[in-house]
Amino acid sequence: MVRLADLPDFERSHMLDKLKGLEEFSARPWVKPPPLARCRIAIVSTAGLHARGDRPFGPSATATDYRIIPGDTPAADLVMSHQSVNFDRTGFQEDHNVAFPLDRLNELARDGAIGAVADFHYSFMGAAPIRKIEAKARELAGLLKKDRVDAVLLCPV
Amino acid sequence: MREHTAAMGPPRALWVPFILGRPFGVPGDAAFQHRVLRAVLQLLAAPAGPVLVDYAEEAPAPRAEETEGMACPVSFDRKTDAGDLGAALAREIEELAPWHDLAAKRRSRTTTGLSGMTMEEAAQFVTSYLNSVPASNLNGMSAGEALKIVCDDLRAYYYEAAAAQPGNPDAQAVLYWFWHDTAAGRAFLALQKICLASGDQSLQVLGGNSLVPRAIVHAREH
Repeated sequence: MVRLADLPDFERSHMLDKLKGLEEFSARPWVKPPPLARCRIAIVSTAGLHARGDRPFGPSATATDYRIIPGDTPAADLVMSHQSVNFDRTGFQEDHNVAFPLDRLNELARDGAIGAVADFHYSFMGAAPIRKIEAKARELAGLLKKDRVDAVLLCPV
Repeated sequence: MREHTAAMGPPRALWVPFILGRPFGVPGDAAFQHRVLRAVLQLLAAPAGPVLVDYAEEAPAPRAEETEGMACPVSFDRKTDAGDLGAALAREIEELAPWHDLAAKRRSRTTTGLSGMTMEEAAQFVTSYLNSVPASNLNGMSAGEALKIVCDDLRAYYYEAAAAQPGNPDAQAVLYWFWHDTAAGRAFLALQKICLASGDQSLQVLGGNSLVPRAIVHAREH
């Protein structure tokens, strides 16, 4: 996520501008999950990911929905249509796990370090207006409960 | 950014020192990714929150040869008239094809394909805008949406081909090469001007937000 201090001035100003209004997120939810070895875990990304053939994410102002990524989606079918061109994509192009660590989670489940990997994972497009995502986020929370997910790995990009 | 995470106060968060786009650090390094993943999953055992922990291990610094600029074995002629930009783009795509094929074979995947076009068709689509005779939109998308995913495909093609070349260029080297040494970069900069001047709002949004990185715009303005 880099350090703000390491960014050039123009980029730092852009990022600091995004702090405005975040104080509205005043809730501090807290849930105690089962022990990690019994946790069923899903990934929710903001990298604008989806399966090949799915509808690409549209312009930022409208892209408040999510895409479903089944747990058995082959790496070759994972693509990115995020609206921003201001982050590195070569890492994801080389290895999807650097942004969407599904293989790593599957390995942890195989080794018994976590209980299970969820059947479905999801991606939002993180440049969407943050407050307009709430309705879809709440809808997604319901789906995660139905998939018996104990913990969500929220992956930024 | 750490500051944004602190302001929003999610239950458990791990700040990582990696470049944007690589939250799990190093592509192709499962052991490194596992260390990051274990660090964030361990936060589930925290007794109370919100918790914000800093991950200390940095990604390895690129080796000197990875940052020295790309010794691109494909020689792109930079002396290209604006009118020949479409032709130069088509030539580059053809010349990069063996490298892209190699990248796709090594990785068993490519991230191109959003538009459903071949790269040759994508180049023609972009060229139609450069020549002020824009092609029809795709599948009911707005002009901006269609042009955006075509450009995404072209950029992915170039980046994937670049990564297969000798020298193992790092992210910054690839970025510099694309925007300074390729007809595609010049085409995209020309497209940005066209989009920003367009009466089509979807193209204006594309030109303003999703064609040229802020770092490139800033470098060109200063």
